[in-house]
Amino acid sequence: MLGLNKKDTGLFIFVICVTALAPFIMNPFPADSAMAQFNAGYPDLMQRFVIFGIFAIGFNILFGLTGYLSFGHAAFLGAGSYAAVWMFKLLSYNIVPAIILSVIVAGLFSVIIGFISLRRSGIYFSILTLAFAQMSFAMAYSVLTPLTNGETGLQVYNDDPQWLKGDGPDATHFFGLEMRSTFELDLGAWSFSFNVGYYFCAVLMLVAFYLSMRIFRSPFGLMLRAIKTNQTRLNYTGLNSRPYTLAAFVISGMYAGLAGGLMASMDPLAGAERMQWTASGEVVLMTILGGAGTLLGPLLGAGFIKYFENIFSKINESVLHGWFGFLPDGIENGLIWVAEHFVGSGWHLTLGLLFMLIVIFLPGGLMEGATRIRDRFSGDKNKKDTEGKYAPAGE
Amino acid sequence: MGILEVQNVNKSFGGLKALQNVNLNVEEGTIHAIIGPNGAGKSTLLNCFVGKLLPDTGAVTFDGHSLLGKKPHEINQIGVSRVFQTPEIFADLSVFENVMIPCFAKRDGAFELNALARVQGQSDIRDKAEQMLIDVNMIDKRDMIASSMSRGDKRRLEMAMCLAQDPKLLLLDEPTAGMARADTNNTIELLAQIQDKRHITMAVIEHDMHVVFSLAQKISVLAQGTVIVEDLPENIKGHPKVQEAYLGTAH
Repeated sequence: MLGLNKKDTGLFIFVICVTALAPFIMNPFPADSAMAQFNAGYPDLMQRFVIFGIFAIGFNILFGLTGYLSFGHAAFLGAGSYAAVWMFKLLSYNIVPAIILSVIVAGLFSVIIGFISLRRSGIYFSILTLAFAQMSFAMAYSVLTPLTNGETGLQVYNDDPQWLKGDGPDATHFFGLEMRSTFELDLGAWSFSFNVGYYFCAVLMLVAFYLSMRIFRSPFGLMLRAIKTNQTRLNYTGLNSRPYTLAAFVISGMYAGLAGGLMASMDPLAGAERMQWTASGEVVLMTILGGAGTLLGPLLGAGFIKYFENIFSKINESVLHGWFGFLPDGIENGLIWVAEHFVGSGWHLTLGLLFMLIVIFLPGGLMEGATRIRDRFSGDKNKKDTEGKYAPAGE
Repeated sequence: MGILEVQNVNKSFGGLKALQNVNLNVEEGTIHAIIGPNGAGKSTLLNCFVGKLLPDTGAVTFDGHSLLGKKPHEINQIGVSRVFQTPEIFADLSVFENVMIPCFAKRDGAFELNALARVQGQSDIRDKAEQMLIDVNMIDKRDMIASSMSRGDKRRLEMAMCLAQDPKLLLLDEPTAGMARADTNNTIELLAQIQDKRHITMAVIEHDMHVVFSLAQKISVLAQGTVIVEDLPENIKGHPKVQEAYLGTAH
């Protein structure tokens, strides 16, 4: 189906089902139960799952396939966001032109940065991309203020031209369908929200995922993997690695631009901090955590990190008191003192520990964990060789 | 007229003159061995053919094209393939994928943005790669990951990858280095077969005299950066200059 083999079609259908049913899957606990804070099915967070999913899928095309570790991908995300907000300011709140422009701007931007950075490989490439991203961040904060509105961040004001707006809605919309509109479904104690913005992003994420599957299985993808394993041999085989890496870099830059444009489309704001190195580092973490070079890994990693960021950071002292309230006071306070370092604003500590555990015990990320579990159940050890990290294209 | 002509090539690294006025002429369809003691400049010379090193002076022409200043992939595209001293293969990919890549390079050139084509749909490439694996007797290892094979098999795979491009000239840098005798004999047999079937011109750098004398139709002896003798194998063995280069002069 759609030019995919049987296994990939199955995977794609699985991803489609999960994204379509996400409002149910993310809200497994009744709305007023104590566990409700582990529910992630609210529009804002679900949008972030899929947007960062797109970002990580794109990053994986560069890092997972070619092995070039870019530390500057947030620059493209930020550029995409700025481009989108400018379209809102100049044209209207319709997100279609905004998203198109954000992909184009990020693409052009990545051609320039890629062309220069890809002259080097390994750590030098990483440092060059990091330098470019930090430069973009600093410029967005200072010199480029007319374009980026500096510290305040770019946003839409009432006196902005919005030439095409007419009587259109006052919030971001897809030909009249507002991104913020949400349908609430109450089923007994449970409540589920179906948000237009989420489904819009989800459709684009599925398109992005489909394209990345096609790239993985294409001759182009094969060459990218060849670059990762032995660039010398590739050059002595008559292939020029430079345009291949540049193409991969630009494609992943455009994915980042799409993610940035979508972020601005959900909430018409763009700030320089989106370009900061922590944002670049985050997508690296997502990809490695999920499993670099796998199809599903980056999506899992993005979901994992965003879930912990939002859920763990919400747990505060009073919530902990609620949990440990049945214990004697002394023990309760002791436990809370320990636990509060891992939740709330200390959630980075938890994330860091989880990241360490996964990298040490599952170097292939969450996907390796999934493969190991599957192998254990199917008991078929011979499959491991060929199915470990990549399904060989020769199958 | 040889297919590969080297004229007055000089190359020095700092004060060390690695190559001095090297002249070499590889005839089309022959196996030409380049031998010489360690440090004679054999590998430097080979690197000048493939675009890794640029000679200081002199000319290297292949089939009418000058090779100087060309990048490795450009030189490969005009028909020069190289086998390395330690096999350079795509270690993380399957054997079949390893062989498909040169087939793609041959068909599509140095770069092709075929990101939406399917590897599975390329029946011409797949057939060719399959045939190549049958030719080198590796079809049963088709789906193995290349890094998990023995060194001899890696060498065989690398050879298959080079042959998949139908090169006009095959450069071999010590193809039997570090191999057991049995593997060495297999390699000799494989090379002889290739020569028999495909008439590919080969330039072989080799240490092992057994290999050289079983294969070569012509031999150039390199010592201290110059070609001291270029002759037929039967004339090389007892040649006084060669003995001098290998064993030193008797004082």
